[in-house]
Amino acid sequence: MANPPASTRTEAFPVGLRVLVVDDDPTWLKILEKMLRKCSYEVTTCGLARVALEMLRERKDHFDIVISDVNMPDMDGFKLLEHVGLEMDLPVIMMSIDGETSRVMKGVQHGACDYLLKPVRMKELRNIWQHVYRKKMHEVKEIEGHYINEDIQIMKIGSDDFEDRHVSSGADINYVRKRKDVDNKEHSDQEFSDPATVKKARVVWSVDLHQKFVNAVNQIGFDKVGPKKILDLMNIPGLTRENVASHLQKYRLYLSRLQKQNEGRTSSGNLQSDFSSKDVAGNFDVLSSTQMQPSGVSSKFICTGQKIQAQGIIPDDHADDFKSSLSLQVTGSKQALVGDIPDSQGVISVSRLGILLPFKDMIPDAGKKSLEPAISRNQSWSGSIPVMQFMQHPRHDHECCCLIEAYSCLPKPDQEQVFDHFDTPPSVISNTCNTENDISGLLEFKLVHTNHRSSDTKTASQLSCMTDTTSAQVDSGSSNTQDYGVAFGIDGLTNIKDYYHTQTSSYLTPPSGELSLKNETDLVSSPEDLQFCSPQGIGSFENVGFNSMEIFQYDDSTSVTEVHSNWYDGLEFNSDYLYDSVDPVIDECLFA
Amino acid sequence: MEYSSLQRQVAYMKKGLFDQGYLDEQFDELEELQDEASPNFVEEVVTLFFRDSSRLMANIEQALERCPQDFRRLDSYMHQLKGSTSSIGALRVKNECTKFREYCDQEHLDGCQRSFQKVKREHAVLKQKLESYFQLLRQIGPTERATRSGS
Repeated sequence: MANPPASTRTEAFPVGLRVLVVDDDPTWLKILEKMLRKCSYEVTTCGLARVALEMLRERKDHFDIVISDVNMPDMDGFKLLEHVGLEMDLPVIMMSIDGETSRVMKGVQHGACDYLLKPVRMKELRNIWQHVYRKKMHEVKEIEGHYINEDIQIMKIGSDDFEDRHVSSGADINYVRKRKDVDNKEHSDQEFSDPATVKKARVVWSVDLHQKFVNAVNQIGFDKVGPKKILDLMNIPGLTRENVASHLQKYRLYLSRLQKQNEGRTSSGNLQSDFSSKDVAGNFDVLSSTQMQPSGVSSKFICTGQKIQAQGIIPDDHADDFKSSLSLQVTGSKQALVGDIPDSQGVISVSRLGILLPFKDMIPDAGKKSLEPAISRNQSWSGSIPVMQFMQHPRHDHECCCLIEAYSCLPKPDQEQVFDHFDTPPSVISNTCNTENDISGLLEFKLVHTNHRSSDTKTASQLSCMTDTTSAQVDSGSSNTQDYGVAFGIDGLTNIKDYYHTQTSSYLTPPSGELSLKNETDLVSSPEDLQFCSPQGIGSFENVGFNSMEIFQYDDSTSVTEVHSNWYDGLEFNSDYLYDSVDPVIDECLFA
Repeated sequence: MEYSSLQRQVAYMKKGLFDQGYLDEQFDELEELQDEASPNFVEEVVTLFFRDSSRLMANIEQALERCPQDFRRLDSYMHQLKGSTSSIGALRVKNECTKFREYCDQEHLDGCQRSFQKVKREHAVLKQKLESYFQLLRQIGPTERATRSGS
C-alpha cells in the first residue's frame, strides 16, 4: 500500500514516520522498503552510506530514524552510525546477519538504539517508532534539566555567548553530551509531550533572544519581574509564557550562583564571572563560556569538532571591543570545541569552548590577554592568534574528516610575542594539551602560508602530521589524547576540504560575520552529542583544566576556505607531524 | 473456493522446496508482503537476489583465483553473500556460505575451494527450482495468485 505523502503526516503517530534505510544489498533494500511501507512509514532507501550521509545532511529534518546495515563496502556502518548520531542526532538502528555479542555490543557502544538480526521480520520494523518517541521524551527531559542545572554564562558575560555554557565541572560531560541539537525553532514544552510532533521545535535562547530577555528584565526591574511582563516586553512571536518562565528561573538561579561563585572562582579552570567582554568572551561564540583570564592567559582552545559552525557570532555588541568577526565555520559533524584557556600559570579557564569566534582585532587590543579564542578567520592573523588546533575526534576517522583543531590562543608567554608580530608570519602556536607543561604539550605548528596549494594529499598529510603528534602524546599518556594540533594553512584548509571526505554541509555560512542562529545552535548542541573523552582524560592537563571538552570538527567549506586565505596569512604550517591513524589511540582513550 | 490443479501444483512444489531445505520461512514472509500494490513482489525480489548474488559469487571466484591467501577478503565477500541469501530464505545456500566462512577462519584454502563449489551448486539448483516455481505461478494468473494465501 502506498504511503501517505509527507503532508498527511498529521495522522496519528507513528504513521508517516520517515525512515531512511541504508543497505548495500539491493535485495534487502527492496524488502525493507516494502516492509516499512506496509507499516505505513515513509521510506527512503539508499545503497551507499556516503550518499545517505549526504542526504541526511542536506535534508536535516527530513528523517526521523535511520536503519542501516553494519557491513557496507563504502563505509563502515558503525561510522555512519556515529556520524548520524552526532550530526543529526537521529536514532539509528543497525542490522546485520551477524548476531555475535561483540558486534551487537559495538553497535550499542557506537550509539545504536537497536540492533536487528537479518533476516528482519516485519513485526520488528513495526515498532521502530518507539525509538523516535523515546528520544523525544529524553529530549524534553534533558532540556528541562538543562535549564535548571546550567550556569548561564551568557548572563554573566552579558554577551553574545551562546545559550548554554556549561561552566561547571567536567562532570557535566554527560549533560553536555545529551544536549540536543538546538535549532532556532521555537518550541514549547507542551509540544514535546506530544510525540506526534515529530519535528523538533525548540526555543533556542540565542544571544539575541537572551539579550532581549535581559533587557526586558532590566526594564521591568528585577524584583518586579514576571514571565508575563517579560513576554510582553520581548514581543517575540511564538514565544510562550512557559518558555520565558523557565528561562527566568534559570536566570535567577544563574545570578544567585554567580554571586556565590564569584569569590570561589579561581583560575583553575572555571569561568570567571568577571568575564568581561573585553576578555573576548563576547566574541566567543562559544558553546561554553570560556573565561579567559585577562592577563596573560594562555588560552588554548582545542577544538575538536566534527563540526564547528562557528559562525561568527559576535554581534555588534562586542564590536567595539573586538570587532569580532566570525567565525569559524566549521561544519561537519558536530563536535565540541574544546577551549582550553590556561592562564599564564597554566590555568585553564575554559570549561567549554563552543565556537571560537574570531576576533577581528582582538589580539592587538587585548595584548596578551587571553583569549583570543576567536580566531578571526575573516581576517588576517594580524590580530588573531589562535592556532587552531583541532582535535580529532577519535571516532571519526579520516572519512569523516575530523580534524580537530585546537585553537590555541597563544597563551604562553613565549608566544606572547607572537601577537605582536602578527603581521609577520607567525607564530608558532603550540598547543599541546600535554600535561607536561602548558607549552610542551602544545603542538606547534607553523602554519605555512604557501603550503598547501599543492596536492590534497600533501595538505592532508600535513594535517595529519599534526594529529599524529598528538596521538603520540596520547600514547604517552598525556591527558589530552585528543589534541591533535593541526594548523592549517590557508591552503591547508582548502585541502582539508578534500581531506575531509565529508561533504560540506549546509552549515557553512559565509564568514562575513553573519550571525546565524541556526548554526549556532547546531554548534551549541553539538558538544553534547559528542561523546568525547572523559574529562579526566582531558582534565589531566596540568596546565589546562578544562571542564568539559567540546570537540569541533573542522569541516571544510568554501567559506572557510575563503576565510582561511585571509587568515592564514603568514602562518607557517609545520608538517613535521605525521598523521597516522589516530583512531586506535583515541579509541583507547575515549572508549577505554 | 477450490484450488485449481495449477494452484495445487504450485503449493506442492513450494512445500517440496521447504521440506528439502531449499527455502525457509523468510520466503513466506516475502509472500506475505506481496499485495495488490506489488503483485509480483516475490518474483522481483528473487530475481534481484540472483542477479546480485551472481555478482558476489563472481567476486569470490576471482578472489580465489587471484589472491587466495586473502582470507579476510574472501570472508568479507562471503559475508555479503550470506546476508543476501538470508533475504529470500535461501537456506541451503546460506548454510554452505557458513561453512565456507568457517574454512576461511581456519585459513583452509582447500576447504574454501571445495565449499565454494558447493555454494555455486546450491545456488544454481535453487535458481532453477525457483524459476520453475515462478513459471508455474505465472500460469495461474494474477487474480488467482493474488487470492492465493501464503503457504
